[in-house]
Amino acid sequence: MELAQMQKSLQDYTKSLFLEGVLDSQFLQLQQLQDESNPDFVSQVVTLFFQDSDRILNDLSLSLDQQVVDFKKVDPHVHQLKGSSSSIGAQRVKNACVVFRSFCEQQNVEACHRCLQQVKQEYYLVKNRLETLFKLEQQIVASGGMIPAMELGF
Amino acid sequence: MASSSSLTPVDMSITCDLTNLTSKKAAEESKGSVKWIKKPLFFMILCCLTTSMVIVLLMSSVKEESGSCNGEARVLYRHQNVTRSEIHDLVSLFSDSDQVASFECQKESIPGMWANYGVTCSLNMRLEKEETQSGHDNSKSLIPWNLINPSGLQHFISSAALVCDNLQQRLLLSKEAENHREGLDWDVSSYLRNTWWCLILGLFVCHKIFVSHSKAPAKGEVKTNLQDSLAQKQQQQRACRGAGKGRKNILLLGVIAGVSMSVWWFWDTNHKIILQRRETLENMCDERARVLQDQFNVSLNHVHALSILVSTFHHGKTPSAIDQKTFGEYTERTNFERPLTSGVAYALKVPHSKREQFEKDHGWTIKKMETEDQTLVQDCVPENFDPAPIQDEYSPVIFAQETVSHIVSVDMMSGEEDRENILRARASGKGVLTSPFKLLKSNHLGVVLTFAVYDTDLPPDATQEERVEATIGYLGASYDMPSLVEKLLHQLASKQTIVVDVYDTTNVSGLIKMYGTEIGDISEEYISSLDFGDPSRKHEMRCRFKDKLPIPWTAIIPSGLVLIITFLVGYIFHDAISRIEIVEEDCQKMMKLKARAEAADIAKSQFLATVSHEIRTPMNGVLGMLKMLMDTDLDAKQMDYAQTAHGSGKDLISLINEVLDQAKIESGRLELENVPFDMRLVLDNVSSLLSGKANEKGIELAVYVSSQVPEVVVGDPSRFRQIITNLVGNSIKFTREKGHIFISVHRAEEVRESLNIKDAVLRQRLAAGCSEYCDTVSGFPAVNAWGNWKSFKTICSTENHNSDRIKLLVTVEDTGVGIPLDAQGRIFTPFMQADSSTSRTYGGTGIGLSISKRLVELMQGEMGFVSRPGIGSTFSFTGVFGKAETSSLITKFDLAIKEFKGLRALVIDSRNIRAEVTRYHLQRLGICADIVSSPRTACTCVSKLGGLAMVLIDKDAWNKKDFELLDGLLNCRKEASTRPTKILLLATSATLVERSEMKSSGLVDEVVIKPLRMSVLICCLQEILVNGKKRQPNRKRTNLGHLLREKRILVVDDNLVNRRVAEGALKKYGAIVTCVESGKAALAMLKPPHNFDACFMDLQMPEMDGFEATRRVRDLEKKKIASEGVSAEMNSSWHVPILAMTADVIQATNEECVKCGMDGYVSKPFEEEALYAAVAKFFESG
Repeated sequence: MELAQMQKSLQDYTKSLFLEGVLDSQFLQLQQLQDESNPDFVSQVVTLFFQDSDRILNDLSLSLDQQVVDFKKVDPHVHQLKGSSSSIGAQRVKNACVVFRSFCEQQNVEACHRCLQQVKQEYYLVKNRLETLFKLEQQIVASGGMIPAMELGF
Repeated sequence: MASSSSLTPVDMSITCDLTNLTSKKAAEESKGSVKWIKKPLFFMILCCLTTSMVIVLLMSSVKEESGSCNGEARVLYRHQNVTRSEIHDLVSLFSDSDQVASFECQKESIPGMWANYGVTCSLNMRLEKEETQSGHDNSKSLIPWNLINPSGLQHFISSAALVCDNLQQRLLLSKEAENHREGLDWDVSSYLRNTWWCLILGLFVCHKIFVSHSKAPAKGEVKTNLQDSLAQKQQQQRACRGAGKGRKNILLLGVIAGVSMSVWWFWDTNHKIILQRRETLENMCDERARVLQDQFNVSLNHVHALSILVSTFHHGKTPSAIDQKTFGEYTERTNFERPLTSGVAYALKVPHSKREQFEKDHGWTIKKMETEDQTLVQDCVPENFDPAPIQDEYSPVIFAQETVSHIVSVDMMSGEEDRENILRARASGKGVLTSPFKLLKSNHLGVVLTFAVYDTDLPPDATQEERVEATIGYLGASYDMPSLVEKLLHQLASKQTIVVDVYDTTNVSGLIKMYGTEIGDISEEYISSLDFGDPSRKHEMRCRFKDKLPIPWTAIIPSGLVLIITFLVGYIFHDAISRIEIVEEDCQKMMKLKARAEAADIAKSQFLATVSHEIRTPMNGVLGMLKMLMDTDLDAKQMDYAQTAHGSGKDLISLINEVLDQAKIESGRLELENVPFDMRLVLDNVSSLLSGKANEKGIELAVYVSSQVPEVVVGDPSRFRQIITNLVGNSIKFTREKGHIFISVHRAEEVRESLNIKDAVLRQRLAAGCSEYCDTVSGFPAVNAWGNWKSFKTICSTENHNSDRIKLLVTVEDTGVGIPLDAQGRIFTPFMQADSSTSRTYGGTGIGLSISKRLVELMQGEMGFVSRPGIGSTFSFTGVFGKAETSSLITKFDLAIKEFKGLRALVIDSRNIRAEVTRYHLQRLGICADIVSSPRTACTCVSKLGGLAMVLIDKDAWNKKDFELLDGLLNCRKEASTRPTKILLLATSATLVERSEMKSSGLVDEVVIKPLRMSVLICCLQEILVNGKKRQPNRKRTNLGHLLREKRILVVDDNLVNRRVAEGALKKYGAIVTCVESGKAALAMLKPPHNFDACFMDLQMPEMDGFEATRRVRDLEKKKIASEGVSAEMNSSWHVPILAMTADVIQATNEECVKCGMDGYVSKPFEEEALYAAVAKFFESG
């Protein structure tokens, strides 16, 4: 009974993530790639994403705090972040990155700072949510249950 | 969308808008143009008026001079009269008083005559400035005078003639000189004036040229690229402003020139007027001085004559012939001779020794002249005068004219002036003048002329002493200066305009005014000297105009006109310039608007492309999920719903693809591929694709390609296929239940050489003429495309015979509902269907035809159609394709074709065209076919033809009875030959039951379902002829997992997460994945011969991006192939398929990827469908 509840709450939670737009279908695709031969695929990728993103955000902060901002350095970072976020389906981070890049093109330092804050915010949000999600999953797995397949009708 | 189908309508709409905007302005301008025509006319008239006025004024000033001449002539004439009458008078006097004296007088009077002659001479000299005519008058008037004095006649005439000659000569000379000078003046001024007009004209012309020049670049600008236009516009704007300034400067210069011209003109003319005035003044003054001088001289001579008269008659006679009475009478009577003298008196020289004697003789004492109170001249009575004081000598007046009889007995020596005068007169022997003084009695200023009278004849070179000695008396005459001058002036013309002063200038410091008034214009004065015959006295005449210089209208008017014209012209030019500026500004605005509109159009297309791409991505998800849903356990109803949803989704995707195509075409981003392909295979594909639909509807689908069309052409197969699919799809949509769809491909050259057509299908079509024909594939009438072909330029044009290019003509003929006549015009407009009901009945968006047309245009071809409602439509298009260098592509059918080569077949078909189609398909396999129309005729044929491998019979021609006959015939041959003749039945549709029935009946070996296509035909023939292994038509779609299993795949991406995801995705399908993180690393891995089956390459990577990496890999491959001499066949170990991974389809389109050697692209992140589509190409065939 408890297990069923946990499964239900996991489903609801995942659904809420999609409804909020934190994640998109790409995350589903990612989940589909996970099978018996590769049981931790999603968490592996996501962890990679976190590591990568932490580094990128760090670099970005440093580059933007320079006296003279070198946008040629900033843009590839943002591009990188955009690519990886879209790969795992972190939709809001991706969208923030798109905006960020457009300001990079305009070489607008102030707006870039704002965007960086925005990206960071979104990133921490998705990080938070995904960690919670993984915790829930781990709980279910620990209690011997199956992680339910995602519903597609969202 | 509709409005933005191309750039041109947008442009037009903008132009329209702007026209509306500026319609008011345009109307004004049209009015303005009329004004513009009127204004120059007005100016032309003005100019003419001005010039004519100037000419007239100049002419009139010339005339004035001749007028003044006439006046002088009159004066001269009067003088002559005077002289004449004087002589007359003298003669009459002497004839009265003493007849004897008359002859003797002749000798004495010669000096007088001489004087007269002198007068005449001097007058003649004056004539120099007059015309010859007046001179002529003069000589005429002299004649009566000469008659009186016959002795002088000869002399005078000769001298007069001489004078006349001289006069004429001089006159001519001076006139010529004058003419010359005047002409020169006139030339210079007119030249300058002409220059001015030329200047204005030049300005006008310059302006025009300038305007046209400044417009020219603006025109050119229109054609320039949109991208450049912004930068150029700024430049142009600057240039325009510069030009505007330049124009304004020129205008300012012009106006300044005009104004200065006007000022110069005024100054010039005014100066001339002043000069002329001065000249006139000079002339008049000289004239007056001369006249006065002459008159005076005449008078002087008379006095001289009188003195001689006195010496002759008073002293020469004893007793004296003259007493006071005679003298008085004579002088009174000859007073008209001396109109200038107020009186004449004769004084005798009396030495002191003879005073008493003298006083006694005359009975009065010599009186002293009262010099003290000359003011009281009126009541001076000689008796009151004191007797003259004792002196050495006296000169008492003995004779006096009546007017001055009061001075008789007055001693002239006692007056200061008179005494001096007398002394000088007797010393010089000439008439001498006193300085002006107030005359006795008249109180006028006057001078006294004194002549000495000598008693003996003096030699001309007598000394002063001799003269003094010989003096016996003095003759004096007083001249009343004011009345003298006034009288004279009255006789002269234009006395009103001139004021004359006469001065005695003997004493330079103290000028004595003898005559004159204070009035008149003092600013201008002319002085001419007067010679009254007394060298010791100097006189001069000063003339000035009475009125001040009148306002010089003749100078003001033309220059004023010039000024006005200048300003008007300046105003007009200013107006024009400002208008040009406005127009230029408007033009720039319009250009800006145009650029904006164009940019908006491009943005719209881009937006469309992006949006459709964005829609496609989730739609793929929807479709994929629906598919997965359908794989789960669903009941019938749910299944139905899911299938419907899937079908709709597919439709939506195809629509979006179409929109994407349209947008791509519009934004000019669509580029056609150039790869060799087999057109026949493409057509086979299309027909097999659409055969299902066609067969459902019972429509016969047939494909025919002329033998003239090469097997392999170079072009874009997918786009060609798209066009064909579109047209055939339309045809299927609009054809109901019956009829056919016939696709035929010919070379354009075949149609052109209409006289000698080898192709059977084409021949039939051309023979049928323009309208519909019945001998079609299905037997239903169809519209002949021939009428349409004629309008194609690409067919008609004979030039451009490029050997490596071929023009193909494709026709799709159907027997559908046809297109309503009124809708035929808009059939190629996007989203416009024949009518709104069409979309209701048949569905569809109406974008397909528009895209097809665009694609055809990209292939440098044309598209057209002919259609008849109720009969059908025939669409035709041409396209230019390249010729392939290799004659054929290696296909999987090659082996099969070899098997069939050289076989013979018989086609039994009642319809000629259909039979031709069948033959075409057989010919592709290398099978020779003969055609007969029915089984019956086939019977006769079969007997003639040996070695028939097969007989193909159409279902329409199927007749069991006849066929059994034929079968028998064939069977009897069967034994003879090693290979039995196979019989195939061609059917449009046949159920499985029918087919098995047919087969089991034993009459038919195989039933072939039309449309015929190579693969199907090969399968069937292989089955029945070779009896080899039955080939499964591998139609079942292979799974992606199956495709990728055990494939070695290289993933290149700099993004760790992406790499991981891609790896995961590919691994899921069983691929062996290797990941590298940069282009360089990929390059190290990808060395031919390759160890990888495929490579997925990210495009945007630092250091070396995907394009660059691919290019290098390809270069490496080429080098290797060249160096190792590997066969040209595309072995996968020598050509690794590289697929681009990109998140943005718009930016990195397929074309770009292909350009640098990539084989395709997959959108990131991976999706099953997209991945399959991309990968299938390489692994399915491989």
